[in-house]
Amino acid sequence: MSLELSDVSVGPIGGAALFAPISLLVEPGQVGTLMGPSGIGKSTLLDAIGGHLVHGFAASGRVSLNGRDVLDLPAEARRIGVLFQDAMLFPHLSVGDNLAFGLARHIRGSARSMAVDEALEQAGLAGFANRDPATLSGGQRARAALMRALLAEPQALLLDEPFSRLDASLRAEIRGFVFDHLRARAIPGLMVTHDASDAEAAGGIIVQL
Amino acid sequence: MRFILFAALSLGFASPALADWQETLDKARGQTVYWNAWGGDARTNAFIAWVGAQTEAQYGVRVEQVKLTDTATAVTQVISEKSAGQDSGGSVDLIWINGPNFLAMKEQSLLHGPFATDLPNARYLDLGPDAAASVDFTVPVDGYASAWRLARFVFTYDSAVVANPPADMAGFLDYAQANPGRVTHPDVSNFMGATFLKQALVEFAPDKTVLQAPVTDEAFATASAPLWEWYDALRPLMWREGQTFPENESVQQQMLNDGEVDFGVSFDPASAAGAIAEGLLPDTARVFVPQGGSIGNISFVAIPYNAANAEGAEVVANFLLDPATQAHQQNIEVLGSFSVLDPSRLNADQAALFAALPSSPALPKLEDLGPTLLEPHASWMVKLVDVWADRYTK
Amino acid sequence: MRDEGRSLRAVVAVILLAGFVLPILAGFAQTGRAAFGVLPAIGAVEWSLDPWRTLAAMPGFGTSLRLSLVTGVGSTVLALMLAAGFCALLHGRMSTAAIGRLLMPLLAAPHASLAIGLAFLLAPSGWIARAMSPWLTGWDRPPDLATVNDAWGVALIIGLLIKEVPFLLLVIGSALGQLPVRAQLAAGRALGYGRGMVWVKVIFPQVYPLIRMPLFIILAFALSVVDMAIILGPSNPPTLAVAITRWFSAPDVALILPASAAGLMQAAVVAGAIALWIGAERLARLIGRWWLSRGGRGYATGPGLWAAGVVVFTLLTLGVLALLALAVWSFAWRWSFPQALPQSWALRAWMTPGAGWGRALQTTLIIGGVTTLASLALAIAWLEGEDRARRGRAAWAQALIYLPLLVPQIGFLYGLNVLFLQVGISGGMLAVIWAQMLFVFPYVMIALSDPWRALDCQHIRAAAALGASPWRRLVAVKLPMLLRPLMVAGAIGFAVSVAQYLPTLFMGAGRVVTLTTEAVTLASGSDRRIVGVYAVLQAGLPFLAYGAALLVPGLVYRNRRELKGGNA
Repeated sequence: MSLELSDVSVGPIGGAALFAPISLLVEPGQVGTLMGPSGIGKSTLLDAIGGHLVHGFAASGRVSLNGRDVLDLPAEARRIGVLFQDAMLFPHLSVGDNLAFGLARHIRGSARSMAVDEALEQAGLAGFANRDPATLSGGQRARAALMRALLAEPQALLLDEPFSRLDASLRAEIRGFVFDHLRARAIPGLMVTHDASDAEAAGGIIVQL
Repeated sequence: MRFILFAALSLGFASPALADWQETLDKARGQTVYWNAWGGDARTNAFIAWVGAQTEAQYGVRVEQVKLTDTATAVTQVISEKSAGQDSGGSVDLIWINGPNFLAMKEQSLLHGPFATDLPNARYLDLGPDAAASVDFTVPVDGYASAWRLARFVFTYDSAVVANPPADMAGFLDYAQANPGRVTHPDVSNFMGATFLKQALVEFAPDKTVLQAPVTDEAFATASAPLWEWYDALRPLMWREGQTFPENESVQQQMLNDGEVDFGVSFDPASAAGAIAEGLLPDTARVFVPQGGSIGNISFVAIPYNAANAEGAEVVANFLLDPATQAHQQNIEVLGSFSVLDPSRLNADQAALFAALPSSPALPKLEDLGPTLLEPHASWMVKLVDVWADRYTK
Repeated sequence: MRDEGRSLRAVVAVILLAGFVLPILAGFAQTGRAAFGVLPAIGAVEWSLDPWRTLAAMPGFGTSLRLSLVTGVGSTVLALMLAAGFCALLHGRMSTAAIGRLLMPLLAAPHASLAIGLAFLLAPSGWIARAMSPWLTGWDRPPDLATVNDAWGVALIIGLLIKEVPFLLLVIGSALGQLPVRAQLAAGRALGYGRGMVWVKVIFPQVYPLIRMPLFIILAFALSVVDMAIILGPSNPPTLAVAITRWFSAPDVALILPASAAGLMQAAVVAGAIALWIGAERLARLIGRWWLSRGGRGYATGPGLWAAGVVVFTLLTLGVLALLALAVWSFAWRWSFPQALPQSWALRAWMTPGAGWGRALQTTLIIGGVTTLASLALAIAWLEGEDRARRGRAAWAQALIYLPLLVPQIGFLYGLNVLFLQVGISGGMLAVIWAQMLFVFPYVMIALSDPWRALDCQHIRAAAALGASPWRRLVAVKLPMLLRPLMVAGAIGFAVSVAQYLPTLFMGAGRVVTLTTEAVTLASGSDRRIVGVYAVLQAGLPFLAYGAALLVPGLVYRNRRELKGGNA
């Protein structure tokens, strides 16, 4: 599995592109990093790749996932997961139901709750299935959000400054946790960050916008 | 069909009429009659509900009362339907109607009929050309409406507060001079408010015969002059200095009950007794009529030309004239409205139904009510209301 | 995906145009024809200006017009001043949520039942007079004072204020929630401005644009209100809207023509008043700037604020007492002047649901339930369409939503009834439901729009990134997260439906009997005890709906801290 951007640019329809077209290839298990000053359009680029562009914006170029063009697909059909700054766990669902929401459809019956329990255990959240997400600590929430994203079996994962809200000690731990999982599952990742240490830890290609 | 019926009746054959009635009964079975009736009186509403229960049990005809704040609403509805081209299947089946509303509908050919004279129970009515059940405000009914209750204009008062009520309309001025702010009448745009003025008009008019003919400007000027002289003197002494008026007689009855004014008006001699039984007036409430008598008429029901359930409506109109129904209606515990039937046409059993009715100290005897004064021609009321509005609505 | 958003939006647009806008226009067209002399049903076929001449010559027409303007504009200006003053006084001392809960009974109570209760409270023989007689006043008979139905419309203005001030308090409260009030207040006071002056000069100018539309709705409503004006307003002559209603239902059918002209006139009055208001806004802005730049500190605004506080508190007390009076009456048997409480009690009025209130209650529930659910569905479809197209609302679409609330009902309902008759759906529940939706949908839409847009769109993106289809995102994420605003919007819609008088009366052809039509009819009767039952039920239903909107989300999400609310 690999994520490839060819001459991708984003901008308002009929207006100037936010940045010069970029091309990059992220191999399976690698995490590429996008860096650059605020407002340059890093997050907008992630929106374009994930399929979340707001009305009035358009992307040009080609984004392919394992050779499959995704730009014309709706977000839910791209199989590209996203981790946000906040964990964005659904407040109306329990932690377990949040994970089950992400869990791919083809896993059925009792296998679903087993898969959720297993994921919780991997995240160090065993026994948290019925908890209210609002009662989790920041680190717990971040791990739950990663597990929810991974259960959807994405073919790529976008990381939109996912560690910026965590304090320094937790930051390294969660970062390691996320990158280890991506590597283990051979999922390409693309991260937006302001923090050089994030880029260093990712160890992949770094693109300056 | 109806032509044949008339022919048969004129020849004195009763049986075809009965056959025709059977046909009406058959068609009526299963119908729901929307009876548009003023809904401001709980006892009347309860009586209409009772009628519906009876006709459903006896004839399979359900009655739904459409409770109106103003009868004209139903007239407007029929007009709306006519302007929309809905000449059948209309939403109004039966209307409790009188005076200008009846005149308007009759003149605009908005009524079904004639049917009233064909009703089997019409045989208990005096339907002579000048009889009360044949004319509505001097307008011949011509079978386009059927009688159902007797109306007599009366005043109600609390005998514990007012020892000597006014003897006549002129007496109200003396009373108001002694007790300013204690006299009023319903808004003149309301039927009862107009009737208050008509009662005074009939009492004061120098020549009462002109009132029976359609109004002319000249006749009105002469006939109404003493009325306005009296009213101009009375108005500043009335409740709220005659600047505003209760919406209708029910509101005025509530004001009487609250003690805000000393008199109520009603078209029902039994209203005081009925209101006492309902807890709506003190036990000491009584009725009185002016010495020279008071205006009286008969309340009618009519069927719009496009009624969806005309047969059912005829069955209900007929049921209302049943001696047992009329006796039930006259019962003070039910409605207390005097019967419209001609007592001389009832047999002994039927007469006994009326004789057995309970009495009440607040219920006047028929002889206490004095003579019934004729309603002026309907055009007089329209003119009276217009001129009053011109004079006093600023 | 964008295409789907477009088709959803197209469906909603067609429903709104065909269902809402066209009927209103057609209704106006019918009324307009009649206003210029054409109503074939009564034999009027020639175009002419006679209806207008007749209208101008109607006794009391000028007075009616003046009354409408004085009560409508006067009550709106007063309501704005009082609500703004009260907010300035109470802000920071009481949370918006707590105020909202306190105001709920008055917000929920329909105009008609409040008016009925208030009429009894204020009358010379009313509860206040009874409580003070004869020991204080010396009255053993009620005095002849015009405390209700007074010729100047004061009682009507008081009635309108009791409904409008709580509504404005809520609107201003939610607008204040979007502003950094505490910081600005501190900044202003540090510059030496008095607390009240900071409100007037700094905070209120920022609040005003946010509450402008609700103010226009209040203004339009107050200018054309019928049920409350029948019960509390002067009767000879009444306000223009009441006069028109009377003319439409007068025995003399020829009056339908001038009544139609007056219906158009009523629409012009509302349009004119709003134009006048906008002009006054401009003027106020000019004067305000000059005043602001002078830098007056105004230490002495305190008493003004306290006066507003006292008046608002008095109004709210009157409103609560009015509702209480209805409840007391419904259990009374004999209650005569000057007894402070009934001499005898009875359950009779409540014991006979078969005599009417049972049916009316059932009809009200059905109509309210269907209109509310249908309006919610339509609002959700509209908002979801906007989401899927990823665009905000066009100005024309916003205007479309507000249209039915700004256009006077009396101007098009008669014409609409004729139209419905031609289609053959008049006089039934369907026609009433349709007509009510004209007024229920806008309120549901207004109530739901802001919370819907405030929903964190990253949640929706997260769901999409997890492979959830648009429908699953709507059903499994958005709607559950919006449960509370959905319930609140539903409660508001239900309350609006329960309170509808004219649409039910006209479209139901009098056959569709709801608690409101029955309560207004009975209010012109003689039995306050029965009226009490209807009014209590009429006020109680919306109250229950609001209560459910507050309680149910808390119960469903009792284990979800972020959604439990309690401060929402």
